[in-house]
Amino acid sequence: MIWESWSAFWEMGGSGPFVWASYGVTAILIIAELLLLRSRRVSSTRKLNRLMRAGQARKMPEVQGS
Amino acid sequence: MSTSESRFNLYHYAAPQAFYPVAGKLAPIFAVIAAALTLAGLWIGFFKAPTDAVQGEVYRIIFIHVPAAWMSMFVFLVMAFWSAVGLAMNTRLSALMAQALAPTGAMFCFVALWTGALWGRPTWGAYWVWDARLTSQLLLLFLYLGYMALVAAVDDPRRRDKAGAILCLVGAVNVPIIYFSVKWWNTLHQGASVSLTKAPSMASIMLSGMLVMALAAWAYTIAVALYRVRVLILERERHADWVRGELTRLGEAN
Amino acid sequence: MNAFAAILRRDMLLAWRSRADLLISLAFFVIVGCLFPFGVGAEPNQLRAIGPGVLWVAALLSCLLSLHRLFAQDYQDGTLEQMLLSPDPTVLWILAKVLAHWLTTAVPLLLITPLMALMFDLEGGAIQVLTASLAIGTPILSLIGAVGAALTLGLRGGGALLALLVLPLFVPVLIFGAGSVDAYLSGTGASAHMLLLGGGVLGSLALSPVACAAALRISTE
Repeated sequence: MIWESWSAFWEMGGSGPFVWASYGVTAILIIAELLLLRSRRVSSTRKLNRLMRAGQARKMPEVQGS
Repeated sequence: MSTSESRFNLYHYAAPQAFYPVAGKLAPIFAVIAAALTLAGLWIGFFKAPTDAVQGEVYRIIFIHVPAAWMSMFVFLVMAFWSAVGLAMNTRLSALMAQALAPTGAMFCFVALWTGALWGRPTWGAYWVWDARLTSQLLLLFLYLGYMALVAAVDDPRRRDKAGAILCLVGAVNVPIIYFSVKWWNTLHQGASVSLTKAPSMASIMLSGMLVMALAAWAYTIAVALYRVRVLILERERHADWVRGELTRLGEAN
Repeated sequence: MNAFAAILRRDMLLAWRSRADLLISLAFFVIVGCLFPFGVGAEPNQLRAIGPGVLWVAALLSCLLSLHRLFAQDYQDGTLEQMLLSPDPTVLWILAKVLAHWLTTAVPLLLITPLMALMFDLEGGAIQVLTASLAIGTPILSLIGAVGAALTLGLRGGGALLALLVLPLFVPVLIFGAGSVDAYLSGTGASAHMLLLGGGVLGSLALSPVACAAALRISTE
């Protein structure tokens, strides 16, 4: 263990704000990307399912484009 | 069509229908690898690597900064590769792969800039210098944003794939030119005499932490791109019978 | 070669008929250039230092302003599809259109550049170098811009999108163009910059019409 205490760990020899802002923002971005991807998957399966059912009910060709 | 062909055929997986389940199987594997490597890399970076003699503790940003910078450049090259394949062979999947990679590449590009700024301030006294590397990285971010904006603006899927591919290739041709010109400009102006060449004698434990984090970034990119390409495939192929089946299954799961 | 001349003449004629548009991009160049002294202060030494860069950025933006018109009209009235179907080589008439764009937007700008340079207190030699660098550099802007214009043809938000796509690619031209004047003033001579710009013209002359032709085919199919 190279740190004397947890508070020394969080302080990072005085440059804590820089180190933790780097790691924090990176973590936030990665989590945001994963959440966005998940919400896109859910919303587009819902939308495509709705379109599919509407298409089957009316026996009509679906609308082009996405 | 010969059904007796038993040897492994790469072209088979170029069809979205064949690739979709493969991506579904591979993505969680890479996600687990990414998580494990990230934990290992952070452990090495924070608890094994010693304090740097010159920079103190702030150098620990290197464990995300350098992998992010590598990844952002490499992802653009991979996108250019898929774009070229898509234009040459006319395969739908290649364009979708390029589109699935772009947001992750842009994310890493931003992370590289952000962490670079936070590293630069305590080490060289400025959040931003118009250094060749930083400036090229910024322009690379603009190229990513341009690609994503173009892809988002085109409604017709065929046009979207090909227009994105052309832009990506034009960008890839320009990346070295941009780097060279910015470097030239930088040496002439001599504005910032900071040398951003990484610490000359880096302890091998630091290097290994960085490499582990770089591998984690690779695994993460692959996993996310595979998850995203699955969504793109569903959206694109929604008229195919197999997608209808898959959608019904997913709809019940939701 | 006939097709080249015919398209060039036609585009020049069309540009002449809507000369108000040309005057607008020229006025834009002048006004953007004139804004900078208000922003950074009118101290002659400072103006001399920023002058070449400011005029280059203004020229770049003014070129961008007219780029989206490059194929738009032909796209709307269907001429573009006819031209793509015609037996003439696509690359040839694209070059004719790009040349027409350069002649109608960049050349007026070149003519007024010495006057603008005087407002930034540049002296004779620097003005010559600046004008020469613009003369060599602006064709690259038209050539690269044509690819962007072809890709964004008929898209919503086309103008802003075009700027986002094309401006990062303009950076090397800006660096060598504005840098040539600095190099001249510092005594090292501008020939290296001019040669690099010349190389840029040749390179973009070789690659961009091909990319532009592919982009036009995609945008019209």
